[in-house]
Amino acid sequence: MATSASSGLKEHEVAHHFDDLDQEFESHKTGMWLFLASEIMMFGALFVGLIVFLTRWPGAYHEGSHHLDWRLGAVNTFFLLTSGLTMALAAYHGQQGNQSKVRTQLILSILFACGFLVVKSIEYSAKFEHGTLPGRFWHGEGFTDPHTHVFFGLYFMMTGLHAVHVLVGMGLMIWCLIISTRERFTRGWFTPIEMAGLYWALVDLIWIFLFPMLYLVGT
Amino acid sequence: MIAHVHDNVNYFKVRHGIMSWLATVDHKRIGLMYLASTALFFLLGGTFAGLFRIELWSPEPGFISQDTYNRFFTLHGVIMVFLVVVPAIPGALGNFLLPLQLGAKDLAFPKLNMTSLYLYWLGAAIAIISLFVGKADSGWTFYAPYSISQNPAVLWMLVAAFVLGFSSILTGLNFIVTIHNMRAPGMTWYRLPLFVWSLYATAIMQIFATPVLAVTLLLLLMENFFGIGIFDPKLGGDPILMQHFFWFYSHPAVYIIVVPAFGITSELITTFSRRDIFGYKFIAFSSVAIAVIGFLVWGHHMFVAGQSEVADTVFSFLTFFTAVPSAIKVFNWTTTLYKGSIELRSPMLYGLAILFNFTIGGLTGIILAILSVDIHLHDTYFVISHFHYVAMGTTMVAFIGGIHYWWPKMTGKMYNEFWGKVGAISIFVGFNLTFFVQLIMGSQGSPRRYYNYLPEFKIHHDISTLGFAVLAFGLFVALINLLVSLKSGETAPQNPWGAMTLEWTHAATPPVLFNFEETPAVTHGPYEYPSEKV
Repeated sequence: MATSASSGLKEHEVAHHFDDLDQEFESHKTGMWLFLASEIMMFGALFVGLIVFLTRWPGAYHEGSHHLDWRLGAVNTFFLLTSGLTMALAAYHGQQGNQSKVRTQLILSILFACGFLVVKSIEYSAKFEHGTLPGRFWHGEGFTDPHTHVFFGLYFMMTGLHAVHVLVGMGLMIWCLIISTRERFTRGWFTPIEMAGLYWALVDLIWIFLFPMLYLVGT
Repeated sequence: MIAHVHDNVNYFKVRHGIMSWLATVDHKRIGLMYLASTALFFLLGGTFAGLFRIELWSPEPGFISQDTYNRFFTLHGVIMVFLVVVPAIPGALGNFLLPLQLGAKDLAFPKLNMTSLYLYWLGAAIAIISLFVGKADSGWTFYAPYSISQNPAVLWMLVAAFVLGFSSILTGLNFIVTIHNMRAPGMTWYRLPLFVWSLYATAIMQIFATPVLAVTLLLLLMENFFGIGIFDPKLGGDPILMQHFFWFYSHPAVYIIVVPAFGITSELITTFSRRDIFGYKFIAFSSVAIAVIGFLVWGHHMFVAGQSEVADTVFSFLTFFTAVPSAIKVFNWTTTLYKGSIELRSPMLYGLAILFNFTIGGLTGIILAILSVDIHLHDTYFVISHFHYVAMGTTMVAFIGGIHYWWPKMTGKMYNEFWGKVGAISIFVGFNLTFFVQLIMGSQGSPRRYYNYLPEFKIHHDISTLGFAVLAFGLFVALINLLVSLKSGETAPQNPWGAMTLEWTHAATPPVLFNFEETPAVTHGPYEYPSEKV
């Protein structure tokens, strides 16, 4: 990326080692897709772990899953999917160089993401209250299966890692918001918002698998 | 931004001072820093190997204690795998050469490239910390439950491997994007040098396999800190699952280690035979095939770990498949030599050594893929020897051979040819002395990792330790010869070997800051030597 971003309304400058804007954009896009592929492999391993646990101790899995509140999960699914829509709109307006609409959609996306994290923290604090914490910190009561704690270990691991991704995504949105405030998106150059949009789609996608696997399988 | 007035000055001289190195985004300087770093860790990892080989001189305990022995082979393994053989060729030679061979000004993401290097250094620093905080003795494989007993040194090692994994992913990502988008006009896919194809195949594995390792290490850390119970059998977890995850990365990692070496071999053999490579597409796609098949064979590391017989059979069968692309390469290299005008310069000696070593490394792999045989050979010195024939005998020999081949381009200096050959031959002889005998003792059932051994294996261990001394001698000769050339070597011409790839034909020696004064227009394949066109 060119380093000319510091002062106001400057046009985007193609980095020295690229021939033109097209090559630069294509490179960033290929890179982003590859990065997303590696993310999917990372979460994929966790899902495999979860499925292995499901087949190994189905009773524990169901007991743990029952304990989660699927309504809160559904609300979060709504928040995240809607933010996916607004983020896609933000990227679309970025491509048109329509700064004010970019900003509106970005702010909406950020608000939905915040909503997601608020609900998540409500859920987490309920777990803390009930003592359904990973392994060594487990003091949950009223569970019959001795392996239920593993479900919560994986629950915290997976939703926690996902929440980290939500935070990173929000960071990217704020970054795009700053760029947009400087009116820098044009029809020719909208790489950051396109990349942030792709990344946010991944955050969505992972949740779409997390929600049924954690909240719905047991009910 | 770098001032454009310096465009045509060589990349060494364009800027000076320590910051010109630490803050550089130039792929050539980053490559050299990788080269120095990996060489340093190779020395460190080799020192640990030397120390436990001295211990193994006699079956009696003596030179080092059992605990120290366990630590040393763990450190040898972790350092060699994560800090040397995985990053060495892509990090050092790949970084330096990929843009040059493509006719590009730099990698697609120069800053990301610098980030990879810094992550490598960070991972290395954390690994060094673990040397001082306790005894890392889990082996490089971090099997549970050894790795989940809250041993602080193992924890630091896990973090180190985690960080190094990201360095590897980012390098792979950068390479694929560069190969897709940064090729010079006329540089079609089938005009890519085979080293580029091998880096491409490697990068696929780095991107898709390494994240699984990352999450495995993360789960191990969580298991240590919180006892989440996914791997710990006491808590209802599955330690075999950990092995599956680990080898899902670490088997492709074996190919991450060796495939770039195949690329170097293709360059060495064509240049010093003055012949077009035999079966270009077969070699190119065999690298990709190895990358793909490499994802489907991880279970052959677990034949005695309690896997189902069906899984064992399938993994054994699939493992045989990897022999096909590997054999294609060996046959094609050999055929390239046939009727070539072979010139036995130092780099070519390394190239021929690879043909010999990799044939043994590959064929012993087939032997180990046979289920019934593996049950006998599993966890014996046979396995140690097998993977050293690949990781050391192929990868490191290719790395050192590649350094000798591209040294004039990187530094602008020629080294002493006589000492270059002495180094190459000593490394070849020393390596084979060290490890061939381990095949024999392994086939007789001598188990790996043990501190003591039966007295009848003394002669084997002694030959192996002597071989190590010869190998170390060869490595030091090569190192000193190269370093001396920096001071007193002759100035290298642009294309000392008469090679046909862009870094030799179009780039100055050493290259200018942005590699080429003018972007080259490519009109022919990478190995089309003029004499053949007649």
